[in-house]
Parts: sequence; structure tokens; C-alpha cells
Amino acid sequence: MLTRAYQHSLNGSHLPDGEPLLEVDHVSLRFGGVKALTDISFTVTQGHVHAIIGPNGAGKSSMLNCISGIYHPQEGSIRLQTAAADGTRTVSTLTKLPPHRIARLRVARSFQNIELFSHLTVLENLMLGRHIHMKHNVAASMLWFGPARRQEIAHRHLVEEVIDLLQLQAFRNKPVGSLAYGIQKRVELGRALCIQPALLLLDEPMAGMNAEEKEDMARYILDVHELAGVTVVLIEHDMNVVMDISDRVSVLDFGRLIADGTPDEVKADPAVVEAYLGSDTEDAAVKEALATLQEDA
Amino acid sequence: MSTFLNLLVYGLADGAILALAALGFVLIYKATSVINFAQGEFLLVGAYMFYTAFVVLGLPLVAAVLVGVVVATLIGVLVERFILRPMIGEDPISIIMVTIGLSMLLKALVQMFYGTSPKSQPAILPRSSVEFLGATVPLNRLLVILIAAVVLTAFTIFFRRSRHGIAMRAVADDQQAAMTMGISVRRIFALAWVLAAVSALIAGVLLADISAVDQNLAGFGLMVFPVVILGGLDSVPGTIVGGLIIGLLTQFVSGYQDPGLATVVPYVVLVLILLVRPYGLFGETRIERV
Repeated sequence: MLTRAYQHSLNGSHLPDGEPLLEVDHVSLRFGGVKALTDISFTVTQGHVHAIIGPNGAGKSSMLNCISGIYHPQEGSIRLQTAAADGTRTVSTLTKLPPHRIARLRVARSFQNIELFSHLTVLENLMLGRHIHMKHNVAASMLWFGPARRQEIAHRHLVEEVIDLLQLQAFRNKPVGSLAYGIQKRVELGRALCIQPALLLLDEPMAGMNAEEKEDMARYILDVHELAGVTVVLIEHDMNVVMDISDRVSVLDFGRLIADGTPDEVKADPAVVEAYLGSDTEDAAVKEALATLQEDA
Repeated sequence: MSTFLNLLVYGLADGAILALAALGFVLIYKATSVINFAQGEFLLVGAYMFYTAFVVLGLPLVAAVLVGVVVATLIGVLVERFILRPMIGEDPISIIMVTIGLSMLLKALVQMFYGTSPKSQPAILPRSSVEFLGATVPLNRLLVILIAAVVLTAFTIFFRRSRHGIAMRAVADDQQAAMTMGISVRRIFALAWVLAAVSALIAGVLLADISAVDQNLAGFGLMVFPVVILGGLDSVPGTIVGGLIIGLLTQFVSGYQDPGLATVVPYVVLVLILLVRPYGLFGETRIERV
């Protein structure tokens, strides 16, 4: 869907809404004797905001790392369905691919602890999001004039639209390392969007933010989802945010999937309440989550 | 005044070649965190490859340069693929030992095929002199400065502006994030070694033309260490400034003091800079808390 004056769709998937986009199939991940994930299965539907929640150390980030190829699970598989512009479907098994090949399938992500190229400018970071779409080789790149120049100009149009969407105009030529934390989080979202993702993985996009910044970020994520139609998988601790913006919620606890459903179903699930009540951790986020759950239940 | 101008030109020419050699070293260090002790031998091998194409095979100049570039590219790819890639994740000391071994291997190969006596190669750059502000300066040194300046500028623009240059900087900055941008880190590693080998080839050919095609080329290459320590191990502009400073310093000491002292001076600078400013003039200051 194209909105406002934007000419480029940020959604890189041609699947119709409601079809299964990503299938996580009986995934288990171990680090030596530590079981990080045990037999996890769920499906991410095209067009959804799919939240993964759970107490600290439940395996949420490990799950995301398996999807983006940074970890390779010992058992199970993760499959991504893609459709070409003419409608032909391809299923790729992500668990067999290195991270850069998964990125080329347009699976984009952000990290819990910002992983931007801090010495590069905002613009250079965003242009790196276009890396997979630029086809010219090293020789052309050295000549600069000709194909390299034409491609960079074409891709700059989309990058400018992302800058506009996320209101990063003022920071274009600033080195990312010099920017405020909240802005860096936004740049990271922008860099992922420049891939034109079929699937956008966000690892705690609002971690460490104040209420106002969280609201802004939630707004941007909703814009990306509703205006651009990008499917989002989101890890978040803030229950209010999760219940507000997600279509579907998967709950992990100690590496196991204990619930999977709509926000309302999950809220009412005794196993979920147990997981949060049962943990006597001092973690503020968990306490907050607990309060929300009790208040709503 | 004429001595000063002469020394200045000689110093700048040496410095420009050093900067080219050091550029390759910095590229490899930045992108792959490998300290390449074989950089001097890359100069040596580059010069001998060009000699083979130009003199032994009798190819025209342009073709000989192209053959040199192709062979340098191949050497870069092969070294990365078969020597450095299996070492990924190993102890840095082991990797340093491997590159020292590589330097010995390359030197021995050159001796095996070409012997130890200097080879005669017809001059490529004109041997005439020009009058310049009352001094007689050799034209070939001026041309060396010019060629090196053009190549260094081209490389710098490539890193700052082009897609592959920015991808290299991205990998140097954060490998994990680079992978999730769809950048193949292995390709970037290979590219770093190729560019290092090609810049060393250019430096080697220029150096051989103003000196001689012999084993001493590798010794000159050893001077990249003072240069990169002075400029900063991970700084491309640092290689240019460091190269010029070391080149000028050795020539001025050699001209006004003593040629013997001039061979020591770069290493005195190396020790001093390590004592005073261990990250070099332009290097990134990394503070690690243990």
C-alpha cells in the first residue's frame, strides 16, 4: 500500500495478508548443556504485528537470532515463504543459511543493544540498508561514474522517504555515534526499513526509553505496519505496548513456548499468569507486566 | 636551498610510496583485525611480477601493469582464502606468526625463482631532471609523488563514497550488523586483501623504478611499521601523513646528518610514538576496562 507522497513501498513481501510468512518448526537450541530454546513452534502471519514476550532469559533474543541466522539451532527448521511479483511462491529454509543470505531474502532486524555503524553517518548507515538491492560490482564501484552513480541516486530516493517517515532530516550527515540514544534506535529502525523488509524483526525497540520516547517509537512501528504493510516480529517488555499494538503474542518461559494466541487469549492463559507470578525476580519490567496482567484479568 | 629542495622531493617520493604500502596494511587491519607482517613482501612480489611481465615476457607497459594487477589480485584472494580464513577465531599471536611465516615464504619463493642478484629493468619514468626554484630535481621522483597522490586520492574516495568502500567500513565497525545488512563478511575480507596486494604492487613498481628490482624492496616495506604506528593502525588519512613524515625525516637526516642514522630514525620515532601516543596521530583511542 502506498501512502502520503511516498513512491516506494517499504513492504518487501508480495504475499497476500493472512498467509503464513514465517514458520518456526520444532526449534531447539543448546549452548553446551544449556537449553536456550526447547521445541518451539509458531507461525508468523503476513500483515501481523507478532510479539514475543517472556521474562528475562526466556530465550526471546535467541529466537530472533535463530531467525536471522546468527545462531543455528541444533534441531528443527525455520522456513520463510516469499512470493515473487508474479505470484510464484518460494519457501526458503533459513536455518541452513548464513546471516547475509537471510538478509538478501529481506529479513531485516534491529538489535537489543544498538548495533549501528557508529563511525558512519546516518545517511551512510541507511544506504547500507540498500546494499542488497545494489547490483554493481567492485570495478563499477571504483569507476563511480556510470552504473554506480545511477544506482546510488535511485536508491537515495527511497532512503530519503525513510528519513522523512522517521523524521531524521536533521541528523542526515551526523556520525551515528554522536546521536542521542532515542535517535539511534530510530536510525536502526530506519536502516532495517531501507532493506524493504518482507519481515522486520525488532529486538526491544523501546528498551531504555522514557514514556514519551516509547510513545513515539510505538507510533513509528504502527506507521511502518499500517501505512507500509510490513510484517513485524517484536520483542518487548512493556506489556501495555505489546497488548496495544500486537495482533498475535507468543510467550516464552525458560526456553519453552507456554502460550501462543491473540493478546486477549494470552492474557487469560493461566500458564502465562503463572510464569509471571511464579518468577520472584526483582526485575521492574516483570513487576510492571505483572501489574498490567492482574489489572486486565 | 637547493639541497633542501632536493631532500624535500626525495623525502616526499619515499613518503608517498610508504603511504601506498601502509595503506594496504591499514586496510587489512581495519577490516579483518589481522596485523600483516608480509606487507613488505607484497611490495617485493609485486615488483617482481611486474618485472616478469615487462622484461622477461616483454609485454608493453600497460599490459605489464594489468598483468601485475591481476596477479596481485589472485595472490590477495589466495592468501585470504587458504591462509587467513582458516585462522579466523584463532589467537592473535598465532595469526601474527602465520603472517610472519607468509612473509618468509614469499621472500624465499622470489629468491628461488629469481636469485638474489638485482635485476636490471629499463627505466619507466624519465631519468631527466628539471630546474625548480633554482634547484635541479629528478623528474622521476616528482612523477612518483604525482602517481602516488592520484592512487591514494582514488582509494580514499573509494572508501568514503562507494558502496563497497562503505561496506568495508561497516564491516570494520560492526561485523554482526554488517551481516544482517546482507554484506558477505568473507567477500569484504577478500576485498581488503586484494586492495592491499594491488596498492603494494603499485608501491613496489614505483620503488623498483627509482631504486632497483632486488631483495631490498622488502626491507623498505618493513618501514610500514613506523608509518602505521605513527599515523594510527586503523586510519587511512594517518597512512598518508605518517608516510610523508617518515619519508621526509629519513631523507633530511640522511642529507644533513648521516645516512646511517637515517636508517634508524624511523624506529626511534616508532618507539617514541608508542611511549607518548600509542594510538598514533589519527588512530582510534580504544579504552578497555578489565
